[in-house]
Amino acid sequence: MADRRPEKTDEIKQRDRRNVAIALGLGAFIALVFAVTLLKLGGSVAERSF
Amino acid sequence: MSEATANMRARDIAGPGDYFDLLKPRVMSLVIFTAFVGMAAAPGSIHPALAAISLLAIAVGAGASGALNMWWDADIDAVMTRTAGRPVPAGRVPRAEAAAFGWFLSALAVALLALASNYLAAGLLAFTIFFYVVIYSMWLKRSTPQNIVIGGAAGALPPVVGWAAVSGAAPLDAWVLFGIIFLWTPPHFWALALFKKGDYERAGVPMMPVVKGVDSTRRQIFAYSIVLALAGVAPFLIGTTGYLYLVAAGALGGYFVYAAWKVLRAAPDDQRPAVHLFKFSILYLFALFAVILIERWTGLHG
Repeated sequence: MADRRPEKTDEIKQRDRRNVAIALGLGAFIALVFAVTLLKLGGSVAERSF
Repeated sequence: MSEATANMRARDIAGPGDYFDLLKPRVMSLVIFTAFVGMAAAPGSIHPALAAISLLAIAVGAGASGALNMWWDADIDAVMTRTAGRPVPAGRVPRAEAAAFGWFLSALAVALLALASNYLAAGLLAFTIFFYVVIYSMWLKRSTPQNIVIGGAAGALPPVVGWAAVSGAAPLDAWVLFGIIFLWTPPHFWALALFKKGDYERAGVPMMPVVKGVDSTRRQIFAYSIVLALAGVAPFLIGTTGYLYLVAAGALGGYFVYAAWKVLRAAPDDQRPAVHLFKFSILYLFALFAVILIERWTGLHG
C-alpha cells in the first residue's frame, strides 16, 4: 500500500488547486455583481435617506 | 513507484489550467476583440467599469460555448491530431464535467451581462451560445458540408452583442460587422480543412473538401473571398467608418483575394497556399477591426 501514496498526494494536490480556483471564481462573481449593483444605482447611493 | 511515473500521473489529473483550456482561450481572444470593437464603435456610452464587466461576460459566454463544444465533440476531437490533446479526449476531464462547467458558466455569463448592460445584449449572447452549441455542434457539424457556413453566424455575433451592450440597440452598422465575419468564416475554415482534410475524413466530419473535393472547395474559397473583400468595404459605404478604413479594407481585401487565387491555382498536392491563406485570414480580421478602433480613437471615422 505504501507505494500508492505518491499517486494519492498528486491527486489531492490537484484537487486543492481546483478548489482554490473555484473559490476565487465564485468570489470574483460575487464581487462583480456587487460592483454592478453599486454602478447601476449611481454615485449617490451612499447618501440616501432611509 | 519511480519519480517519472509519479510525474506522469500528476499530469493526468486535472488542474485549474485544464478547465481554463476548456474555454478555448485562443478562439476567445478573437471574440473579445470583435466584441470590444462593437462596443467602441457603438454610439452612446456606459460606465467604463460596466463596459469592462460586459466584455468579461461576453468572453465567459464564448468560453462556455467552447467547453460545451468540447463536451459534445469529444469523440471527434479524440481522432483528430489537432485536438487529441484537449482535456476531455486526453482523459483529464470527464465529459459530464465539461458539460456541467459549460452550462453553468453560460448561465452566469448571460445573467451577468443582463445585470451589467441590458436584456437585448444578454438575449443576443444567449442566442449566440444556443446557436453555436445546439445548431452548429449538435446538428450541422456532423450532417452537412455547409456546417461552418451557417454555424459561422455564432462566431459573427459578438460585435453585435458588444454594440447592443453599449447602445441598447442592434442597428444595420452592427449587422454589417456581423456580415463581414460571417462571410470570412467559410474561406478561413475551408483553408484549414484543405490541409487538415485527412483529420476530418477520419473523424467523419463532412467538411467541404471531404464531401465535394479539393477543387470545388478551392473555387468556393475564391468566390467567398471576392464577396468578403466587397463586404469589407460596406462599413464605409453606410457611414460607420471613414477613409482610413476604406483604404485598409481595400488593401486587406485585395490581398485576401490574391491569397485565395494562389490557393485556386496551386498544384493539386501543394498545401502551402492554403496554410498561408489560413494564417492571413486571422490577420485580416484582426487588422480590419483594429482599423475601426484606431479611427474611433483618433476621430477619423465619418
